[in-house]
Amino acid sequence: MPLEVNGKNYETDEEGYLANIQEWEPDLANAMAEADGAALGENHWEVINFLREYYEEYQIAPAVRVLTKAIGKKLGKDKGNSKYLYELFPYGPAKQACKYAGLPKPTGCV
Amino acid sequence: MSEEGVVKKLMYVNRKAPYGTIYALESLEVVLIGAAFDQQVSLAFVDDGVYQLARNQSTDGIGMKNFSPTYAALGDYDVRDIYVERESLEARGLTVEDLMPLTYEDEDDDWAEKESLRVVDSKELAALMSEQDIVLSF
Repeated sequence: MPLEVNGKNYETDEEGYLANIQEWEPDLANAMAEADGAALGENHWEVINFLREYYEEYQIAPAVRVLTKAIGKKLGKDKGNSKYLYELFPYGPAKQACKYAGLPKPTGCV
Repeated sequence: MSEEGVVKKLMYVNRKAPYGTIYALESLEVVLIGAAFDQQVSLAFVDDGVYQLARNQSTDGIGMKNFSPTYAALGDYDVRDIYVERESLEARGLTVEDLMPLTYEDEDDDWAEKESLRVVDSKELAALMSEQDIVLSF
């Protein structure tokens, strides 16, 4: 099902993940969040940008445990814990944040 | 569940070239998924499997995704024991310099970066295999 943002159609899979990562742009993340009834703030963007950098370097979306540890290292211990990340992304930090970041669903997520 | 909490020693043995078959990518994905479970995981690269770790891979000509950057993420997944068989490297005219550097960060040592990759001869590798509870070959 395509997602329409700013008059442009984006191909997504049946769960709403962007089909082509190259097409991603920030407004897409905002539109996906809006559809989930959420608004993205600075704290969300920190995680989304981190995921995009991680994918760029390693070509995978990290597992939630790996994400939590890496966020803690990069942004501080107060952010590197599942409580913080689940508050930002209640549908699951790996799943939901990866979707907004335009990444495929993390390896190992069903 | 009498075996709950028992940490098993599990070795993934990679024998095939990275592209042309699905073995290398499947093995890597199984390792990453399996890393969520508390097992003591190690990887071995033998025969053409050593090419999986070659530097500067390019898949432009074959229309497949170059998944080699993902090996560098293994450290994040607490996979810290990666063995490459010396004889397999030598038979292909390769040295450790031809392979990607693989490291992990030791949380208990102020995040010091440490080597994950070790070149071992076939005798050492055989000994390592015999220590395992499970050996999976790809």
